[in-house]
Amino acid sequence: MGPVSFRSYREVEGEDRSRLLEQVTAQRERVARRLESVNHVVAVMSGKGGVGKSHVAATLAAGVASQADRRVGVLDADLRSPTVAQLLEARGPLPVTDEGVDPAVGRGGVRVVSTDLLLEEGEPLRWREPSSERFVWRGVLESGALREFLSDVVWGDLDLLMVDLPPGADGSVDLKELVPNMAGALVVTIPSEEARRSVARTMRSALEAGVPLLGIVENMSGYQCDDCGAVRPLFEGTAGADLASEFGVPLIAQVPFTPAGTDAGASAAADLVEAFLGVLP
Amino acid sequence: MKFLCVDCDEQMAFEERKEPGDGTFGASFTCPRCGHKVAMLANPMETQLVGALGVQIGGRTLDEQPMELTRRSMVGREDAFDDAAPDRPGTVTWSAEGEERLAKVPTFVRGMVKKIYAEWAAERGIREITPAVMDEARTDLGLEGM
Repeated sequence: MGPVSFRSYREVEGEDRSRLLEQVTAQRERVARRLESVNHVVAVMSGKGGVGKSHVAATLAAGVASQADRRVGVLDADLRSPTVAQLLEARGPLPVTDEGVDPAVGRGGVRVVSTDLLLEEGEPLRWREPSSERFVWRGVLESGALREFLSDVVWGDLDLLMVDLPPGADGSVDLKELVPNMAGALVVTIPSEEARRSVARTMRSALEAGVPLLGIVENMSGYQCDDCGAVRPLFEGTAGADLASEFGVPLIAQVPFTPAGTDAGASAAADLVEAFLGVLP
Repeated sequence: MKFLCVDCDEQMAFEERKEPGDGTFGASFTCPRCGHKVAMLANPMETQLVGALGVQIGGRTLDEQPMELTRRSMVGREDAFDDAAPDRPGTVTWSAEGEERLAKVPTFVRGMVKKIYAEWAAERGIREITPAVMDEARTDLGLEGM
């Protein structure tokens, strides 16, 4: 029996009924349409977990909404470790209409969507069967969920949509593909050298993907005494200033660790909001 | 993706989609000239990879529902979504048996599944959704297990 001769995909002129490419293109177009009413999409990112990235995102969102009287939304893209909804006191359930899924409303009227509102209390992010070869498709599912959080949530008219990215380099790259005209990213670090090394990698990835870096926030930048107001070192290192110098990106704030509920904490938050508004395009 | 009947040099027509509920996927195609049939069978990994993109082999027959991929794929809390939007007047009704079967679908995704069945039935002029209608829609839409 000789070789079988048959036409190639392009030589067969009939319709490709699945239209997979068209389906993917339609998904991207839905994202673009949904975000037409959003003025600025800003990512909050870090290379390292535990630097207070989500806390900075929540502080900024609530502060921009209340101090500057802007309409603000927060998309918690940290799907596996969501915290923003809790920080902004946003609660579900999320109403579903023909228009899409309505976001929860948190402190300061901030509109919030997060897997924290979708997962059972204390349960990790899990996907349905099959349970084998998870590593292959988990990332695709997570990207798909992020896309739906952008396209299928009724964000409405917003001055600012903040996207709280998971730690690591991939988040801003994925977001840039979904939102090509995003305003940029705010980078959060702590002063330590290990944070600097990790965050530098993430910043490099973001720049390579074409994500403008708006500024750097050095969080936990010393400990502010509630009695005398003096700021003492909390970590060794000057990561914020070093990254600013290395990448030519402004260090917009150095936020000290302050005891909860103090005037110093409120003042630091207000300063952070002012500094952020100063770099927003 | 296209299927070609090599003997007839004719593009085969998509016939039916099948999801047997074990994570795999099948689709059958028929040659319009000689009637020869073939089935494409995908293993769980291949099925999941395509499903994870939020696309459907064989093409979409209904518009995508809000957060459809997330709701179909994520293991979520029962009260995450409020699908309590009132049914439109003149839309389909549910038989008692249909309602009973629908009640077995996890609430995380139930409201969306109910809407999908209703839209599918309305498009075909079906007035009442029964388990038999659900079976047909499930095969057509790839809603196995729902």
